[in-house]
Amino acid sequence: MGANRCAIVGIGQTHHKAKRQDVSIAGLVREAAARALADAELTWKDIDAVVIGKAPDMFEGVMMPELYLADALGAVGKPMLRVHTAGSVGGSTAIAAAHLVMGGVHQRVLTVAFEKQSESDAMWALSPKIPFQPQLTAGAGGYFAPLVRAYIRRSGAPDDVGLQVAVKDRLHALKNPYAHLRIKGIDRAMVADSPMLWDPIRYLETCPSSDGACAMVMTSEAIAAAAPRPPAWVHGLSTRSEPVVFAGRDQVNPQAGRDCARDVYTQAGISDPRRDLACAELYVPFSWFEPMWLENLGFAAPGEGWKLTASGATALGGALPINPSGGVLSSNPIGASGMLRFAEAAMQVRDQAGEHQVDGARRALGHAYGGGSQFFAMWIVGRDRP
Amino acid sequence: MRDVAIIAFAQLPSVRRDVTREEVELVQPVVAAALAQAHLRREDVGFTVSGSCDYLLGRPFSFVMALDAVAPWPPIHESHVEMDGAWALWEAWVRLQAGDIDTALIYAYGKSSLGDLPEVLVQQLDPYVVAPLGADAVGLAALQARALIDAGRVTERGLAELAAARRRQAADNPCAQRRAPRSADELLAEPYQVAPLRAHACPPISDGACAVVLAAGDTARRLVSSPAWIRGIDHRIEPHQLGMRDLTASPSTRLAAERAGALGGRFDLAELHAPFAHQEVILRDALGLDDGVAINPSGGALSANPMMVAGLARLGEAATRLMTGQGRRAVAHATSGPCLQHNLVCVLERDV
Repeated sequence: MGANRCAIVGIGQTHHKAKRQDVSIAGLVREAAARALADAELTWKDIDAVVIGKAPDMFEGVMMPELYLADALGAVGKPMLRVHTAGSVGGSTAIAAAHLVMGGVHQRVLTVAFEKQSESDAMWALSPKIPFQPQLTAGAGGYFAPLVRAYIRRSGAPDDVGLQVAVKDRLHALKNPYAHLRIKGIDRAMVADSPMLWDPIRYLETCPSSDGACAMVMTSEAIAAAAPRPPAWVHGLSTRSEPVVFAGRDQVNPQAGRDCARDVYTQAGISDPRRDLACAELYVPFSWFEPMWLENLGFAAPGEGWKLTASGATALGGALPINPSGGVLSSNPIGASGMLRFAEAAMQVRDQAGEHQVDGARRALGHAYGGGSQFFAMWIVGRDRP
Repeated sequence: MRDVAIIAFAQLPSVRRDVTREEVELVQPVVAAALAQAHLRREDVGFTVSGSCDYLLGRPFSFVMALDAVAPWPPIHESHVEMDGAWALWEAWVRLQAGDIDTALIYAYGKSSLGDLPEVLVQQLDPYVVAPLGADAVGLAALQARALIDAGRVTERGLAELAAARRRQAADNPCAQRRAPRSADELLAEPYQVAPLRAHACPPISDGACAVVLAAGDTARRLVSSPAWIRGIDHRIEPHQLGMRDLTASPSTRLAAERAGALGGRFDLAELHAPFAHQEVILRDALGLDDGVAINPSGGALSANPMMVAGLARLGEAATRLMTGQGRRAVAHATSGPCLQHNLVCVLERDV
């Protein structure tokens, strides 16, 4: 944490879809940014610096697209930073932007994250042929399915916990007008009958490929005092990274995730996350990652995460709603998916989440991960000034 | 602002084609050397951040495997920018302002030899209306050089003389790639690459890596005898559409210099990231540097230009000269994008 407080005073996102053919890449990011500025009642001119993030450039086929997007994001004449930390990038980008405020370098920062997956083919971009390494031809699902199987074996979880998460997050998405997948009549039978892609992950237990963007305006305390709506305050934020290839790694319950969570809880003064947090937006691209992250983040003891999910506690109306927005399972513009988690957490504590609002949410966790479960970014935001 | 200094810099000799080493093998030796100079163990580093570009490697997530070079176990507090390492250094400088950590490691690597660099850089342009034209990086730089010549600010002979001077300076730099001395007359005898640019006015294509260590306040003073203090650092971007810019000027460099406190002061040396010879003229004018300032004593990007590395190397080269007593105050600059679209300026100073 820094010497200066950081407030989130504006939040915007696009309507996420499989193909946003009505807009260019510039149009997509501008749509989210303009909504964040409107929420903050600020203009492009008010912004001091722009921090942008996205996942690999091959997802669109544009190298270092921040150069081309400088005009669309009103960055001309300002500092512009481009972050890329794999799937966690939306979170890392928000954290880099927050540090500009917390370090006292700038007063009003616009941060944006996006992916326009329809411009290319993510499955191709995720399956590179690298000399001297086995080719990963099955995309992200092929990488993560063995970790899910290991989790099920280790925890003794019943087979249907994944089905339950897939249904729950899609029911949440029906309350979120921006969500990509809004599946009417979604139920266990529909998920169970969908094709098995990477055993045990079925089609409806995996995230979609989306076009979408998310943006936030962050300011110093002095600027936030004039904000038209109550801000969300940063109570804690951090990142952790660990290697890909290392025999000592536990990829099911990675140490980087545990360390990152401990760091943000300490900053925020949280001793019992299940008690002290109203809800959490976790990066769950495959249904089973909900119980896995519940354990990794200390919401449940090792081996117990699935019981929390099975109890219904993680649904809206439960004791600890997870992904009230519908999560990554319902909208997945990869580079923006992490920032959406951070932004949705902030929307909750600003009482701004509409139909998927958790009543009286005072503090919430935003979480993102990337690479082979090795890059983590998290923040805790609160209604009260820290 | 909190006092932060560059306390170590290490780089690999730039080469046209490194066929023996993967990215992680390029990064590991410079990280080890920089940490040794800084008298730091890797587990003592508060924040690690790197700069690199997937398109140079022709594969996604290239930074992921390179991270193994810093042996990130136990897990580390880390970030990555898809930019020149100079911007990674800026992120680290910002991070250190928060006050809760005191040291940062920055590294950058680039292996342009794996592809056709001018063609790869076409993919950096507006994908809808500019990239399809196929104008490559040398062609766009040639447009800029032509505009500068037409404005009467430089001649083709002037570019050759500038390139000859950088070669003379690079002869003293074991990490430079173009070190053989040539007279301006010899250079002018080369054919055009894209008129008015001959090979000597264009950068070499390079593979390389470098690393820098930053430390704050008393930690910097404790670790090394003469830290190179960052007195100001700022960067600004310009429009992407070339038609919206005056290519003979660099208002973003000027603005960044103003914000970094680089205008009007006296400098002993300047390290300017000018991949093309004429860009050095534009930058010198934007920064208001007079003849008393030693420009690019390292030989600059005309002598070695590993992409994503050359900007951070300018900051490292300037800092090293201050730390070894070859000057007291320096300005260092990094650029990104076609025709100097995005520019960073850093003022460095050694204690008396």
